Parts: sequence; C-alpha cells; structure tokens
Amino acid sequence: MPKHIPKPFTIIFGKAVRQAARLRGGSGSALPGLFVEKIDPDFVPRTLKKLPQGVVVISGTNGKTTTTKMVVSLLESQGLKVFTNRTGSNFVRGVAAALLGEISVTGKLNADIAVLELDEAHAVKFVNVVKPRFSLLLNVLRDQLDRFGEIDTTRTMLKVIAENTTQTVVLNGTDTRVSSIADTLKKEQTVEYFGLDSSLLGYFPSDDSHHTKNTPTTLPQLPKAPLVTLKSFSQSSATYDVQETQHTTELQLKGAYNIFNSAAALSLVLTITPNAKVEKLMKALAEITPAFGRGETFMVDDQPVELVLIKNPAGFKLGLSSYSPAGYATLIAINDNYADGRDMSWLWDVDFTSLKDHPVYTTGIRADDMALRLHYDDVALRSSDTDIQKSVTMLLQRHANEPKRIYCTYTAMLAIRKHLAKYTKVEDIT
Amino acid sequence: MSKKPVITILHLYPRDMNIYGDNGNVQVLVKRLEWHGYTPSVIEYNPEDTLPNLSDIDLIIGGGGQDSGQNVIHQDLLSNGKFFRNAADDGLPMLLVCGLYQLFGNSFTTHTGTTLEGIRVFNTKTIGGKERLVGNITLESETFGTIIGYENHSGQTYFEEPLTPLGLVRIGAGNNTTDDHEGVLYKNVIGTYLHGSLLPKNPAIADYLISTAAKRRYGEFNGQSIDDSIAMRARTVALTRPR
Repeated sequence: MPKHIPKPFTIIFGKAVRQAARLRGGSGSALPGLFVEKIDPDFVPRTLKKLPQGVVVISGTNGKTTTTKMVVSLLESQGLKVFTNRTGSNFVRGVAAALLGEISVTGKLNADIAVLELDEAHAVKFVNVVKPRFSLLLNVLRDQLDRFGEIDTTRTMLKVIAENTTQTVVLNGTDTRVSSIADTLKKEQTVEYFGLDSSLLGYFPSDDSHHTKNTPTTLPQLPKAPLVTLKSFSQSSATYDVQETQHTTELQLKGAYNIFNSAAALSLVLTITPNAKVEKLMKALAEITPAFGRGETFMVDDQPVELVLIKNPAGFKLGLSSYSPAGYATLIAINDNYADGRDMSWLWDVDFTSLKDHPVYTTGIRADDMALRLHYDDVALRSSDTDIQKSVTMLLQRHANEPKRIYCTYTAMLAIRKHLAKYTKVEDIT
Repeated sequence: MSKKPVITILHLYPRDMNIYGDNGNVQVLVKRLEWHGYTPSVIEYNPEDTLPNLSDIDLIIGGGGQDSGQNVIHQDLLSNGKFFRNAADDGLPMLLVCGLYQLFGNSFTTHTGTTLEGIRVFNTKTIGGKERLVGNITLESETFGTIIGYENHSGQTYFEEPLTPLGLVRIGAGNNTTDDHEGVLYKNVIGTYLHGSLLPKNPAIADYLISTAAKRRYGEFNGQSIDDSIAMRARTVALTRPR
C-alpha cells in the first residue's frame, strides 16, 4: 500500500469498507477501522485536531459507556455539537470507524467537541497520538486481569491518560487509586473531583474493600471539594451537591453505579462548560435513558426484559444489590470470549446468596461454570444450557407473564440483543 | 447444637492475598466439609494478628496477590516461617496459590533484580520474567487425574532438588517455560499457579485436603458421596476452550 493516499480517498474507501462490513452483518467497526489504520494512520489525529473545543477521553473499569452517553447528552443540552464513538467500540479502531460514519467526503467533521470512551489500554495508545483537552477517570476495579495483568498496572494506564491531558483531569474522589493520580500531575494541569456522600460508601466498594467484610466508612482526603457530590438516591431520583447547592432530579437510569457516574458526568460537563445552568443540566439528565445493554429494557408480550451487562465482580455485585430478584425470572449468560475475559475465577468473587429464594437459569459458553458457582451458594438452578438462543426463547416462553432480567457478559449481550430483535424492536447499535 | 466434628481452616492473608477469586477455594472447602458431615471453622489471619496454636489448625489455605500485597505480608510471613515449616513437616494439608506458592519457596527474584527471601517450605526458587504466562491450563497428575485451571503469573519457578510436581502440563505453561512441571506436592502441601477457581472444578483436590485433615484430627475420614455432576460438565466445557 502507498504510504500517503490522498485524503478524500481514505474517507471514500473507508466508508465503502464500512458499508460492506455492515452488509455482511458485522458490527461495522473493526474492519473499516483496521483499513483506515493501515492506509492512513494519521487520519484520526488529523481529523480530531480540527475540533474547536478539542477532545475528551473517558476511561476507567466500570461505567464508561453510560457515562459517555450522559456527557454527550448534557453537552448537547448546552448547544454543543458532539462527536462520539457511540457503538461502545472503545478501541482506537472503533474511533476511526465512528469518524468514517460521521465525516463528510471532503474531510469535514460537523462537531464542536469529541467525547470518546476508551478502554484503558487503548486510551494509552490513543493519548500518545491525540492529546485530550479533558479527561474523566472513573474507577479502577478488577476486570479482565488476564488482559491487563494487575490492577496496579491498570492504575498506571489511567495515570498516563491524566499526564497527557492538556487542560483538566476529572477524578473519582472516592477511589484512592484514582484520586491519588492528582499527586503526580504538572502545575499547569487542573484537577477536579466528583464525589460521594460518606453515607453512600457501602454501595461502592473500592477494590481494596472488595474482600473485607467491613463496609468502608471514610473517604480519602482531597485537596479541594468535589465539583459535584452525589448526596442520596432512590430507585428513580438523585440529589447532588453542586458547589454547595443541593439539586434533585428524576432519573431513568437504573443501578447505583450509573447514578454515581451521573455525578462524574456532571462534574466533567461543568468543567467543560463552566457557565452551564445547573437546573438545565438536571432537566437534561432526567431525560437520559440507559446505554445499550446497561440496564436497557425491552418489552416482549407487554412484559419488560431487562439486560444488565456484567464485566467484573464489582459490577456484578452492584447489579445484584441494585435490582431485587423478587417478581423477576432471572437468566445469567456467561461467555468467555476474548472481549469477555477468558478467566472464570471472577465469578467466585461475587456473592450470589441474594438469589437464594429465586431459582435461576444459566446460559452462555460457561453456563456450567456459572451453575457451579450458584450451586456453592445454595441458589437453585432451573436449567443450564450453553445455547443462548434456546435459553432466551425458553425464558420468554416459560415466563411470558412476568418481568425478566438477564445478567450477561459483553459478547453474550450482543447475542441476546440479536435474538431479542426477533421478538421486539431492538435499536441497531452499529 | 451440632455434634458434627469440627475442621479448622486457617485462611492466610485474606486482606492482601486474595486476587483472582481465591476466596472461591475457601468457599468450596467450607461447603464440602458441610456436605461431608463436618463443621467447618475458618480463622482469617492477616499481618499483626496472632497465629493460633498449630495443634488447633487442620488445614491452611492462601492465595495470590499483587506485588503490593506481597510486600505487605512479606515480613510477617518471614517472621512466622518456622510455624509453616513445622506445619508442613507435621503433615498438615495446605494449598498455596500463586504469590504464596512463590514465597513458600527459597526465594523470589523480581524482574527488576530485587530478591525476596522465602520461608523455604519448598526447595524452589522463583525468578520474575517479563513475559506473563496467562491462560487456560490442563495438567495430568498421578494423584488427582486431570487438573483444570487458569494461570496468570510472570514469576517462573524452578525446583532446586527433585520434587514431585502437582502435575505435568498438557496445555499451558505451568511453573516455567523450560520444564513441563506445574506446582509442587510436598508432603501434604500443594503449591500451584492455578489460581482462584482451582477447587470448584477440581473436587478431587478439595477432597484430598479435607480427607487428609480429617484423618490427622480424627484418625479416619467418613465422607459422603457428593454429586459433582455440574463440576464435571464445567470441566468438559473448560477442556474445549482456547488457551
């Protein structure tokens, strides 16, 4: 391949590859991204550099997709045109593919600012090429350690993102592994925090409190007060402290983590647009629906089917404590493909005893590993079948008149959404 | 009150050495003891706690940690080295995974060149490598048959005298990239890199630890027949998965 193909050709070829990949039934992100990376490696930085308000990177273990969705909606409520990698394909190639979808053939991206969700390891590669103006670092939890090695390695990756941020880094003020990143930053960089009322700490175990039986009761000491603090929340509303004033809003987002991350999103947006009216942001927040697979709800036969994406012990624990199993038929779908993580030992860091009185179905490649885990927590098993389509169909048929909840790993979620599309409207996520 | 005989497990360093689902091993021992008709009792031991009398302990279990976790427990472990050497020589069953497997050997030299002294239960040395050995692993063991697990380590462990490995590697790396050994079986002490979920899918090892503990304490083991059909299915699937 020639090193420098004229720019319009990158875009035309890239768009063609993207279209072809989609027609073939792929997700439409990996192949065109790879194509652009090979023929025009400068395409992504060159295109993003033109944005008047620069680039925002969001990273961390849990909640990237939902937080990114919130930040985009909140910025749009302030009148900004936002480019984002909406498909949840949070690798550099995914960014290239998303750009190909949005950009005009002449190379113009119709946006003021880019808000990108990036996997920790890919974010490190990305910031070497594109320096973000702002970054938001959410948390460090045990996730797919077979990919990243150790949790301290993951923290180092977030540190690299922070060090390469040109203006402001927004940090989780309750997770010492994240908040302490501020200590190593340069003087010209500003730091903001998002935080949590100490009464809520029990909902959000940091990785260190993960295995101890005591609930943490103290917050790390911060050099300055968090920009936004989550004070309290219920099933459908949340109250925040924003610069010493309390604001309450209704929420459609579910799950403790999503609600905590709304404080992260608000802090970031107030950092980018300091003159934004908080009341207006609260209104915009109330309108936001869960990102795909993150507490997403589908209606089948007039009954809800909820999808809860689980990727690691902390997320699984929070899911189990956020949603009551009473009145729901529960299916757990565990795959061990590369994107899910091949190691199954994380299931042993989750306590399933809350499901004790609610028999569960398991499915996915590792349905039997999941069944074995439930067996040791005395949770009754309805059935265990590696075939995801068959299991979802069985769930829908046997529990036609009840709400249903499906906990699923990433690739299991993609398979389930595809299958659910036979029964109900499922938004195309490519 | 239950009159079922008690088996006491000492869980080493649960606060700092608990990565990769190590608690699963404790959970499996506790549940299987109950199923076998015993009353399990678990004592958690962290640095600065007081160790119980050796005669009050039936089984010891400990897991892996990050480098930071290893640094926290290292001094404490060294100061109690004699306790664990005596326990091993006395035939106490133990399971030591990953980080504690390394530190129960003679030494652990990190890839930056620092050497951590071990407590010399196993005549082994470990050298930190740059390459991480990660993935599904299968062993063949004379004692336990096929052993199925997952490994994730950068330390490479070598025997400094002829020792019995836990098993011979069929798929995966094991102790190091040079020989085909995985883990070690010394008296009734098992050291291994197969982390976290070792015991759930390998009930034969769990029952070996339990029956050895029961025989030492009560002179006999009166176990029940346990239905392990789910574990057997999970093993069958695990064997088909890529590294």
